[in-house]
Amino acid sequence: MSASKVKKGSGGGGGLGARPEHSSDSPLSIHAVTVAYHRKPVLWDVDYDAPSNQLIAIVGPNGAGKSTLIKACLGLVPRASGEVEFWGGSYRQARSRIGYVPQRESVDWDFPVSALDVVCMGRYRKIGWCKPVTRSHKEAGLECLDRVGMRAYAHRQISMLSGGQQQRVFLARALAQEADLYFMDEPFAGVDAATERAIVEVLRELKGQGKTVIAVHHDLQTVAEYFDRVILLNMRVVAAGAVEDVFTRENLHKTYGGRLTLLSEAAEAIARAGGR
Amino acid sequence: MAGGGGSIAVVGDELPGWSEIIETLMFRAGYNTNIVIMGTTLLGLAAGVIGVFALLRKRSLMTDALSHATLPGIGLAFLVGGWMGVDGRSLAVLLLGATVTGVIGVVCIQGILRYTRLREDAAIGIVLSVFFGAGVVVLSYIQVNAASGAAGLNKFIYGQTAAMSERDAMLMGAIAVVAVVATVLFLKEFALVCFNESFARVNGWSVSAIDLIMMGLVVAVTVAGLQAVGLILVVAMLIIPAVSARFWSERLWALVVLAGLIGAASGYFGSVVSALMPRKPAGAVIVLTSGVIFAISMVCAPKRGVISAGVRRGMVSLRIAGEHLLEEAYGRGESGGRFALTSREISRAVRIGVWSVVFGPVVRAGLYWRRLARRTRDGIELTEEGVRQGARVRRNHRLWEQYLVSYADIAPSHVDWSVDQVEHVLSDELIRELETQLGARGIVVSDGVGVAR
Amino acid sequence: MELSIGADLFPILAGTLAAVTCGVLGNFLVLRRLSLMGDAISHSVLPGLVIAFIVTSTRDPVAMFIGAAAAGVATVVLVELVKKLGRVEPGAAMGVVFSVLFALGVLLIRQVEHLGQVDLDADCVLHGQLETLVWYGAPDTLSGLLDWGTFGAVPRQVTMLVVVCIAASVFVAVLFKELRIAAFDSELATTQGYHAGVLHYVLMVFVAVATVASFEAVGSIMVIAMLVCPAAAARLMTDRLGVQVWISVLLAIACGVGGYIAASAVPGWFGKDSVNAAGSMALVAGVLLVVVVFASPRHGVVHRWARRRSLARGMAADDLLAALYRRKEVGEASVGVGQVAAMLIGHSFGKALRGAVRGGHVSNDDGWLSLTDTGECAAARVIRRHRLWEDYLVGEAGFAPDHVHDPAEYLEHIPVEPSGGAETDPHGRSIPG
Repeated sequence: MSASKVKKGSGGGGGLGARPEHSSDSPLSIHAVTVAYHRKPVLWDVDYDAPSNQLIAIVGPNGAGKSTLIKACLGLVPRASGEVEFWGGSYRQARSRIGYVPQRESVDWDFPVSALDVVCMGRYRKIGWCKPVTRSHKEAGLECLDRVGMRAYAHRQISMLSGGQQQRVFLARALAQEADLYFMDEPFAGVDAATERAIVEVLRELKGQGKTVIAVHHDLQTVAEYFDRVILLNMRVVAAGAVEDVFTRENLHKTYGGRLTLLSEAAEAIARAGGR
Repeated sequence: MAGGGGSIAVVGDELPGWSEIIETLMFRAGYNTNIVIMGTTLLGLAAGVIGVFALLRKRSLMTDALSHATLPGIGLAFLVGGWMGVDGRSLAVLLLGATVTGVIGVVCIQGILRYTRLREDAAIGIVLSVFFGAGVVVLSYIQVNAASGAAGLNKFIYGQTAAMSERDAMLMGAIAVVAVVATVLFLKEFALVCFNESFARVNGWSVSAIDLIMMGLVVAVTVAGLQAVGLILVVAMLIIPAVSARFWSERLWALVVLAGLIGAASGYFGSVVSALMPRKPAGAVIVLTSGVIFAISMVCAPKRGVISAGVRRGMVSLRIAGEHLLEEAYGRGESGGRFALTSREISRAVRIGVWSVVFGPVVRAGLYWRRLARRTRDGIELTEEGVRQGARVRRNHRLWEQYLVSYADIAPSHVDWSVDQVEHVLSDELIRELETQLGARGIVVSDGVGVAR
Repeated sequence: MELSIGADLFPILAGTLAAVTCGVLGNFLVLRRLSLMGDAISHSVLPGLVIAFIVTSTRDPVAMFIGAAAAGVATVVLVELVKKLGRVEPGAAMGVVFSVLFALGVLLIRQVEHLGQVDLDADCVLHGQLETLVWYGAPDTLSGLLDWGTFGAVPRQVTMLVVVCIAASVFVAVLFKELRIAAFDSELATTQGYHAGVLHYVLMVFVAVATVASFEAVGSIMVIAMLVCPAAAARLMTDRLGVQVWISVLLAIACGVGGYIAASAVPGWFGKDSVNAAGSMALVAGVLLVVVVFASPRHGVVHRWARRRSLARGMAADDLLAALYRRKEVGEASVGVGQVAAMLIGHSFGKALRGAVRGGHVSNDDGWLSLTDTGECAAARVIRRHRLWEDYLVGEAGFAPDHVHDPAEYLEHIPVEPSGGAETDPHGRSIPG
């Protein structure tokens, strides 16, 4: 609904308190992205440049558009306006360098495949159309399962796994993609302590390999421990930057205690006004 | 379904002789019959194989709408063929028409879902009934107005293998073979899209192209099956083998193979029966055959079958009730009394609805058998092993309480049954962690070794 | 074409009654996402009918009803069982159950046909036999209908439909509140003492009974069409359940009457014989639905499209005025058309300009645009809202001053102002009063 209207704006940079984080080889730059579901805006004019080789958390209250931001970057939800660039190029060009861990609830876990099958799906792109999954790909898949401590469960049907184990399988699948930039949607949601540790270990490992991870995170307690940078999101970027600079009481208050409900009311009023 | 056997008795069919039955089964009943049986079997195979993906993509009933939507196409193809001087009754022309309106029907469903707020069930119901109504109108128009009459077009509604010519059967078989080969080729892609569409998209697969191939195969099989089983029942050929196979296997390729086999077996059996006996429409027999296979699968399959699931549930309840008794008795002992329970206490503790009369003694027998308790005059008393076991159960309970406290945010997703039972869900690793936390609160959880006398 | 009482009254009546019965019940199926349950039941009553026939050897309506209702309930129970015990997805569960039952019915009917004494026929199960409901010796005039004695000739099918239609309407009218709460939140309904499960089964029995009553006249396909289409169309037209039920009744009547007339009249225009009326009723239902999808007042495609357009036009007009106003603020009383067009990329600029000139807001002096007095007032209002919103966003919502232009650009089009009477905006520009 807002497509034509939001013109590319007055001045760059992030929102309040955000320092511009431009770098020539930024793996992800988001420019003025707006997303609306039906009449409700979910993301409003989001600007962000992700620095390379960092673990970045997206933090914000429920309904703040955290998952939507990831999906908008990946083209899974239509953007009303704005642009997303990967390493200065289009999503299409960068696709093989991007990994994705969707929310665990997004799939039917009663599906007739084993954990290893799911992990191998991460390599399908490399395998290509119509060609079967070969032994070497399965080996690579096992390797990835090993890295998340799930090798012993490789041949279990996925519904037999606990929630945390399912999450680790998803993580292993992302590893199998061998990407440079990972998007993870709530990787820590509803997992047990062992899985949480395994995931954190994998995140650090990825960072050690020079990769970038952007994860939706819901637990404010662990943000500083697990991540280097944080994006505070509530429909727009409230603040973004290094955890120690940005993750302040004041910013959190702005993110969570915000008065932004008014904006969404206003947007609905626009839609209604259109119906006169 | 009880009426089936009865009606045959009422009707008093003249059954064919054994030699005739065996000849037909062995493909020695004449060329045309053989071709029809072959074609139907291949079709069953193809429908079973591609049906797996229709099921996994949650589109089982969309195929029903698709098959109903073919009817107006058949009628219109007949009319148009007549005007253009082609033989309107040639199967290829009719099936082409069927494909066109079938696809339009599916597109309409997608359109309704996209542009209105109606849900999928309503969209399917609308397309199914309106297109079929249109088909009925067109057929009745042909019936009363076309010179040659609509003779033969009705066979697409209920199916009629007897009316099939050799060429028709070969066409059907050929479509089936193509569908099977294509499915095997695209197995990997289909699985990916069915399992996790958004991941496939992010990964650079063209989901719409894969969907198109999948839907195209479903359309091909549906259209090919029209003449054999009829458009009302063709949906059953697609979904019943897949649903039945799902009970037996957790692996996709096994599922595909099994569904194909079930479909082929039903197709074979149905066409043989219909060739041998009068008034046994192949479509109905095929569907009933696969229905029987489905019923057997649902009841008897290991793991997912009703019987094995029931047995498993029963065992779990028994174990849990047993542990419950152990814990009760242990509690008595820990607070200074005897490690024992009276019969009344037992029946109070294991009451589960009407079954408690049977259940209580069974639970007690289980405890005796595992040598965890021994019989006393008015109830049970724990053995040494029983005391240890009771302590373990008590400890697990405490841990579970701590789990709820520490992981309040995620614990609910792990609660499958009641509080009493969840201790069987936690992993050992987690239990060790919780133990530490309990210790910090000053609660000591005994493993029972020290308590035993 | 001419309708005669003898040939046409009962078919129309039967079709309409069947349509209304199914249409009323269908509302709750569509609402509970059970439309396909209606589909399943109308297929699977077939074996119930045939078995009832085999057992009693007559077409006694009571036996038929019992058989059909039993088959209907059996369908619902079996679907539930397959879903729960077999962990099969609902759609597939329904597909398995109804196709197996229907296959059983088809097989049985073929065996019964063999006995020779039956007029149960698989084809008329699907599309009915409306055309056979001829009233021999009907009165020639409408006034003749008032004679009580003539009603002795009413065919059994019509009487049956009248009874079922009244029963279904009373059921829905009396239990409207309960059905609504059960459809919206079955758990809440159960905790309030309206057992949702029981209601569900009662509804399904009604669907089965409606199916069997409509069967002979219109066939099962029209039953499915009437269970889904009128209710779905009504759902698109209103957001109130009560209104929806009434609309669905009207639409059902339109389908029944319109379908019958279309079946006999339309082919007549081309000099052809009439076509199957039941199929035509389903087709009319589809046509009505298409009309509603496009033309419904609030959710229709046309209305939504028009609303989007009017919104876009309003925005374009506002932006044109605002652009001219800003220029005037810096002293340029008139601006070249090309320059303004460049400022308003993405709008249908030409239309906005023509509208503004026609409305007397802007004067176009040979390619140079300037605001008229009324135009200036209107522009000031827009600018005022824009700057008040900017002030609000910075002061209250915590936006950075360099980041408020775009949101404000958006919000300025709403005819409301944020509170707070600032004199200047965050950029120091004055806010017009």
